[in-house]
Amino acid sequence: MFQVNRAYPYIFYLSLITYLLSIFWGLFLTPEDFVQGNSYRIIYLHVPASFISQSLYLAMAIASAVYLIWKVKLSVYLVRSIAPIGAVTTFIALISGSIWGIPTWGTWWVWDARIVSTLILFIMYLGLISLHDSFNNNEKADKFLSILVLVGSVNIPIIKMSVEWWSTLHQPASITLSEKPAIDLVMLYPLFGSIIGFTGLITCLVILSSKLQIIKREKNKSWVKDYV
Amino acid sequence: MKPVRKKRLQTVLLILATSALGSFFIIRALDSKLDFFYTPSEIFLEEIPENKRIKIGGMVLENSVIREKTKISFIVSDYQGSINVEFDGIVPDLFKEGSGVVVLGYLKDKTIIAEEVLAKHDENYMPPSIDIEK
Repeated sequence: MFQVNRAYPYIFYLSLITYLLSIFWGLFLTPEDFVQGNSYRIIYLHVPASFISQSLYLAMAIASAVYLIWKVKLSVYLVRSIAPIGAVTTFIALISGSIWGIPTWGTWWVWDARIVSTLILFIMYLGLISLHDSFNNNEKADKFLSILVLVGSVNIPIIKMSVEWWSTLHQPASITLSEKPAIDLVMLYPLFGSIIGFTGLITCLVILSSKLQIIKREKNKSWVKDYV
Repeated sequence: MKPVRKKRLQTVLLILATSALGSFFIIRALDSKLDFFYTPSEIFLEEIPENKRIKIGGMVLENSVIREKTKISFIVSDYQGSINVEFDGIVPDLFKEGSGVVVLGYLKDKTIIAEEVLAKHDENYMPPSIDIEK
């Protein structure tokens, strides 16, 4: 924990500055989009939030596997502390998408594959939290939590591929590993900045949340009593 | 790796494989029901009954939009098939010829009587100046 504590302020301030600068750049210094006008600018919130909400789930899945195989307690504390943050970022992704949908699509909600699979991700995060909290026995709760996280991880490739596999109202990805981005570079640079900054800020939240989780779970240990 | 951990690793892989296989079969069974809309060429293949509410999606064909007071009619095409659409109402700002559209309505005399028209945005983002240069 000592090293994380030392790195924490650097991560926090660097990410905060990166995110604020990218948002300012994206909102005020980039030109309008040729069809969407100004409403495209919600991309600087929507894309980072969607990216993080899926990445956090993958992190949870890896941590769950580590817990199930090596029984590292810290690993499952991490899973439990990521879940609420994942729920919030997924919620931001859904809401920002809806706000963008009104001027663009002409509706705030449709039941297409991308939106439904993201909604399922949101419900899964909430389900995982309530599952873990409904047990009296911590060890059992940890085990069921990590198994369920692994089962749910199939949803992540489904979200990713939903726009390719089915016809959806949601557009396909603009940034892919294999092709030239479909976003013009003047809009792309601040987008990358906002993704990096947002990821850093969420990482800080995960650090804080897992510290709390450790203290909560190890509250009977003498070092925690000394620390608090 | 210790034998007990190896066994646990196998369990983890088994959980992943089972859930992947399970969802694969569910998705296979649902097949095209997960599609948000039909394309114009699919409509006549599927023999959709009239008066059933369906969604069709495609491109608004160039020079096909006819406006008359509040009514608007246009042709939706997927470059293999096309279908006429009639709509009485307000279309979204992004609705225009040559761009994507999703129409909710029902089939009547090989025409879609639309109840709702949604614009579909593609993955391209660029400033207006570059558009003019093209």
